[in-house]
Amino acid sequence: MVPLWYYLVLAAALFCIGAFGALARKNAVGVLMGVELMLNAVNINLVAFWRYTTAAQLTGQLFAVFVITVAAAEAAVGLALFIAIYRQRNTVNVEEFDTMKG
Amino acid sequence: MTESVSSFPVIFNLTPILPLLPFAAFVLIVLWANRSKKLSAGLAIGGIGLAWILGWAIAITTFSVEHFGEHPFRVFRDWLPTGRTWQAFGFALDPLAGAMLIMVPFVCFLIFVYAVGYMGVGKPESANDERGKPAEPGHVDRLASRFFAYIALFATGMIGLILADNLIMLLVFWEIMGLCSYLLIGFWFARSYDDPKQITPKEAGLKAFLTTRIGDTLMLAGMLLLYARTNSLSFADIFKPEMLEQLATTTVNLPGVGATPWATLIAILIFFGAIGKSAQFPLHVWLPDAMEGPTPVSALIHAATMVSAGVYLVIRTYPLMAAVEHGPALQFIAFTGAFTALFAATIALAQNDIKKVLAYSTISQLGYMFAALGIGAYVAATFHLLTHAFFKALLFLGSGSVIHGMEHGHHHGHQGHGEAGKLVDWETGGHGHQSTDHPSTNLPSFDPQDMRNMGGLFRKMPRTAWTFIIGGLALSGFPIVTAGFWSKDEILADAWAHNQLVFVVLAVAALLTAFYTARQIVMTFFGQPRTAAAEHASEHDSIFQWMTIPLMALAVFAVAGGWVGIPKEFPGLGALSANPFHHYIGSLAEALHIEAAELPFNAVPLLTSLGVALGGLTLGWLVYRGAGKLRAGHHLASPPEYVDPLARPLGPLYPVLQNKYYFDELYHKVFIKGTQRLSTWLFKFDSNIIDDTLVDGVGKAGRWLSEVGRWFDTHIVDGAVNGIGAVTGWFGSVMREFQTGKAQNYLLVGLVTVSVLLGAFLLLPK
Amino acid sequence: MQHVMFFLFAIITLGAAIMVVTTRNLLRSALWLILVFFGIAGIFVLLNAEFLAVVQILVYVGAIATLIIFAVMLTRQVMDPKQPRFNDQARVVAGFATLLFVVLAVIVTRVAWPVAIGAAPVDAIQQLGMDFVGPYAVPFEVASVLLVVAMIGAIIIAREHE
Repeated sequence: MVPLWYYLVLAAALFCIGAFGALARKNAVGVLMGVELMLNAVNINLVAFWRYTTAAQLTGQLFAVFVITVAAAEAAVGLALFIAIYRQRNTVNVEEFDTMKG
Repeated sequence: MTESVSSFPVIFNLTPILPLLPFAAFVLIVLWANRSKKLSAGLAIGGIGLAWILGWAIAITTFSVEHFGEHPFRVFRDWLPTGRTWQAFGFALDPLAGAMLIMVPFVCFLIFVYAVGYMGVGKPESANDERGKPAEPGHVDRLASRFFAYIALFATGMIGLILADNLIMLLVFWEIMGLCSYLLIGFWFARSYDDPKQITPKEAGLKAFLTTRIGDTLMLAGMLLLYARTNSLSFADIFKPEMLEQLATTTVNLPGVGATPWATLIAILIFFGAIGKSAQFPLHVWLPDAMEGPTPVSALIHAATMVSAGVYLVIRTYPLMAAVEHGPALQFIAFTGAFTALFAATIALAQNDIKKVLAYSTISQLGYMFAALGIGAYVAATFHLLTHAFFKALLFLGSGSVIHGMEHGHHHGHQGHGEAGKLVDWETGGHGHQSTDHPSTNLPSFDPQDMRNMGGLFRKMPRTAWTFIIGGLALSGFPIVTAGFWSKDEILADAWAHNQLVFVVLAVAALLTAFYTARQIVMTFFGQPRTAAAEHASEHDSIFQWMTIPLMALAVFAVAGGWVGIPKEFPGLGALSANPFHHYIGSLAEALHIEAAELPFNAVPLLTSLGVALGGLTLGWLVYRGAGKLRAGHHLASPPEYVDPLARPLGPLYPVLQNKYYFDELYHKVFIKGTQRLSTWLFKFDSNIIDDTLVDGVGKAGRWLSEVGRWFDTHIVDGAVNGIGAVTGWFGSVMREFQTGKAQNYLLVGLVTVSVLLGAFLLLPK
Repeated sequence: MQHVMFFLFAIITLGAAIMVVTTRNLLRSALWLILVFFGIAGIFVLLNAEFLAVVQILVYVGAIATLIIFAVMLTRQVMDPKQPRFNDQARVVAGFATLLFVVLAVIVTRVAWPVAIGAAPVDAIQQLGMDFVGPYAVPFEVASVLLVVAMIGAIIIAREHE
């Protein structure tokens, strides 16, 4: 089998690409896609660790399923929010979502 | 569900319901009943009332269970996976929890009933009242429903805490109480005072929360270390002898201290949680200011719940504290406690606010309990925790009744006697420690909590006075009849046997306690009324029915509560008593291998405790009997006119005591001002050095360079200039965007931190 | 063979992921995202998590990616193709993301993971099902409540307010 660290490096790379997308994209939907990539990276880690350490128990897979569930909920709410904001302000540029400004 | 032994009475299975009852009241009030104040109060009282009855039923059943100390009842379910172990969600019932169950729900119940009167439930709302400010006398508080929801949650926290089966559960309920104390101390959040120095309820709540947080953080550190060492946080696992043995024998090298047993380090860290929660020196500063909350909250915090939680924590984790026999952990606890007992008692001598005297007295009595624990008086400390809860709740509720009586008198004096009003028309500036429990917006400022304004209330408010005096006598340890005597005497006896330095300190503290109690009673109830408000004070309003009945019930316990713990060898009375309390708690102590045998009778501590109690009371009576005498019919022009008889003999020490050894000022200067200065400095650094000098400077330099460059050779220097300009622009934009309000910038900070910290972790030597 | 498959899927995943975060046209980004999800599903198959691979495709490709494409199309007018893709902190982010990757990569390769490769259970799907209704019943139910709440919340938030 492939060594465990292959998967971990893959996940780390995916995570960092996702982080870049989430932090550098101007478009809110782009940001959300970055977040999805990060969550997927986490899932790879969970499943890889499951397979390489405790294959008999399915804990890692179970957690991955929960992550997917939460990701689905997050995507639904996130996109609904973007549509609501778009209606109000006619923009999906994250840089203009600055009502938190002090 | 896992149950260790199934041969328990069936009723034990209802244990997990106990904390749920007030919690259900909380949920129902918040989600459904909050429009109706009467319904909210009814729900809260119903919830805690059921908990009280069920709690007593369970606790009384435990008395007859054989070998209960060795085989406590546990019910738990795996809840939180942590690597290879599970944290359980569970409750345990043992003699300690049983004893607390006798006290906590019952005292909470009485306080809740009292709160109905205190918050004026059933009275009309006043149009003048604002949300978040105390109501005018004779009107209901606007947010009374919210109040009952909070106190119901508070009771949930305490009941859950005493039944917690492991440290995680304990921490959860501990934090629930921390949250509730913040919400309740700051209950009158909209209140503000003319004197900017006087702490507002909002600030007091914040202060309580942040001060206890210091202790909580250290406690959490202790818990984490404990988990790292033992792989468990369940009391049943941690207190196994082999586990304690291992903790006591393995050591850790602490910089500056040397090899320390893990048990000592963990015990001291956990004890810091208790220091914060139980307001011990040096984290005692929050508790007196917690008086800004409504009086039932003060009683709840200071008697039945919050501060007891700290002591309870130490009692609960006592096997850990004592894992190293007579080790530094116990010594630390003993000396912190003894010092605090004396320290707070001296401050209480010079306070004029009726509730602040009680607040310092609470700190002092908690110190007593810690000192007792530190010298190994496990049973005596538990006993004092229980008796103290009864009489201190009584005293706080009594003081609330006095304050309401004074307000009614003040109100009445203004409505009926126009001239009398002028006599109390003074400014309450000057000493910075007056606080008004119910300021009336349309009346001149007057402090109904200042004992110097009182006097002669005995005839005006007989029910309050009698019960308050009983509570006061119990606090001073009035011999034979009061509960306080038996518990204090037991602590002194233990101290005499184990540590005579602690004994002397505690004896002096007990003397001072009796003295300031006598002072308080004389100033409040005896002599003649010193103001028009005291002249017209009364307890005839309908709200006092709600308020005085709990007082009487508590008075009964403040006396009779001590009879369960009369030592067998006490001359005369001992023959009548089987000392059931010692027997009950002692069985647990034995199971945990704590030395808890009854001490042989010794005359020295007995005579000392008799002497200090009676001597202090008599001395207080003699000194304050004649103080502040006025000609008949005359009133004080202002509180400072009342000259305290101690002020002259103590000389410069008196203002020091009055100002609580200036600890608030010290902390303010060192910590708060320090933090403010640091942030101001950082801000200046940002704006001056980084923005002006660095960014602008580099920019200016760049511009200057570019001009020079253009003047010399446009083609060669251009690239360099553009580079510098880009760097400057980038730097400036990074710096500026720290406060942009854009989520992505904030997340970038997270990314930078994580990557840099991880990188550092990688590069640093192991 | 395993190696080849791994590198194939890894390259698909990472290449597509880079395209996701850099493509100017968001609709194309979303399509690249679907490819990423397929690549990860392949990785899951390599890891003997076939069920998860199917779930990955069903949920991510079937639901989330579709949702994203809908959102892109609904907000299409504002997506000026000439607008910059990135905000002005992009270069800093890129730097630190690379740093984080290097650090993480060094850490995961250095640590001696307690690897104990056992055979993956044959009846994994059955076992998963039993786990969900057994020891993980409460989290499972909570997750379903979360989904319902998210759905209702999304409807309320995105609804036109008259």
